[in-house]
Amino acid sequence: MSRSIEFTKRNIRRSPFQAIAACMVMFLTFFAFVTFLILAASSQKILQFYESKPQAIAFFKDGTTDADISAIQNALAQDPRVTKVKFVSKDEALNIYKDRNKNDPALLELVTPSILPSSIEISTISPTDLQPIADILKQEPVVEEVRVPEDVVSALVSFTKTVRVVGGAIVTFLTIFSILIILMIIGFKIRLKRDEIEIMRLIGASPSFIRIPFILEGIFYGMIGAVLSWIAAYTIIWYFTPFIDTYVNEVNLVPVNPLFMLGLLGIEIMAAIVIGSLGSISAVRRYLHI
Amino acid sequence: MVSFDHVSKKYGTTSALEDITLEIKQGEFVFLVGPSGAGKSTLLRLLTREAQPTTGKILVANKDITKLKSSDIPQYRRKLGFIFQDFKLLDDRTVFENVALTLEVLDKTDAEINKQVEHTLKLVEIWDKKDLFPRQLSGGEAQRTAIARAIVGKPEIVLADEPTGDLDPKTAWSVLQLLNEINSWGTTIIMATHNQEVVNTLKRRVVVLNKGSMTKDTKEGRYE
Repeated sequence: MSRSIEFTKRNIRRSPFQAIAACMVMFLTFFAFVTFLILAASSQKILQFYESKPQAIAFFKDGTTDADISAIQNALAQDPRVTKVKFVSKDEALNIYKDRNKNDPALLELVTPSILPSSIEISTISPTDLQPIADILKQEPVVEEVRVPEDVVSALVSFTKTVRVVGGAIVTFLTIFSILIILMIIGFKIRLKRDEIEIMRLIGASPSFIRIPFILEGIFYGMIGAVLSWIAAYTIIWYFTPFIDTYVNEVNLVPVNPLFMLGLLGIEIMAAIVIGSLGSISAVRRYLHI
Repeated sequence: MVSFDHVSKKYGTTSALEDITLEIKQGEFVFLVGPSGAGKSTLLRLLTREAQPTTGKILVANKDITKLKSSDIPQYRRKLGFIFQDFKLLDDRTVFENVALTLEVLDKTDAEINKQVEHTLKLVEIWDKKDLFPRQLSGGEAQRTAIARAIVGKPEIVLADEPTGDLDPKTAWSVLQLLNEINSWGTTIIMATHNQEVVNTLKRRVVVLNKGSMTKDTKEGRYE
């Protein structure tokens, strides 16, 4: 095996441009693959976050008295579907607003507690309980607006589905493309090394001794593409972490878990072995007749 | 050592060899002579198991090689060394690497390879050219490299197909002397040629082929 690895290294070293081209194509495939996996995993996590925290928010009209609010709170507390009711005063709403926009002083100017409405946050056992509760609250004359995250969840479900379908299609296309590119490059090398193969056969090289370096070469291109795409994806995530954090702070999406990234690298390497092997084995079967 | 027993070979309707019966003992130096198309190369191809005879048996070291399974052919070929008219050296490898290839196939260690290749290259007197590529060699040096590659694995039989065909008389003679020396160590050499001068000078066994048939087999023969 060590001799086969040595032959593989020599083959790659002696045709560097083909090797670079193959690695670049594999990089593209795996970059699409890793992007798809990260998007799919992230949207899934955001979806789970919203699904695991069913919560509706009812905003009160200006001038709503404490007695009205208490009456609504008490009524909700009696409902078996409701797990928690939390009142957020105008001052607390201002504090939350300030905290979320602490890095943008322009947004903090001119904002006073009177602008922001007081509200109650209602948590339920199941997300399906939110809409009936919201419907009841909407009938209260002191309630200005009720927000249910159903819209967010359905938008996320639709986004996740789109990511899966479009990402899956792109990855499938690029996988087939990469297998064909590997097949073409290895096939070309087999033709280029006709004399060497002929001599090796005559001096008693076994068919596997001749075939294995070509197969390893395909796997090598796949692995280089996989590792480079993983490094690129990790770098991009790391660079945009502060930006992503402002949007999905509550979900704890970033900083990304290193174990998740290592798992992703493992999946990519396995996929690289499969794609590289498929391409090179196809080339060997088609072009290398020993 | 090598025995052809009523061997015939046809390519379609064309007969390349007809009823060849021939015995070659271990350590013999045999010239296969005859004009182009006489069947010399076909006979060598049958010995390397690149082709199968249409009829007849070929025994090498008492083993019928026509009955070898494909998986056993590589092992069999390790007993043979090959020398070609066009050298068949690998252009992208140095002299050293070309010769080392045989031992790499035999899965020798790097230390063994270094030792044996150095010994062989010194033997064929091209050790000083070890780092050169084939395009930087003269015809004689290239053929010496090919001979080194053929003998570095210590084969029992060396098959040479017109090894002096592309060489000038002086270089051809030096290559022949080298083959003669290799034969003196006990290696069987079967050499196809139509170089009269070479055959007549060395005075070894001569098997004459003509249109696929063996017309003459003489010890210390001549090629006329």
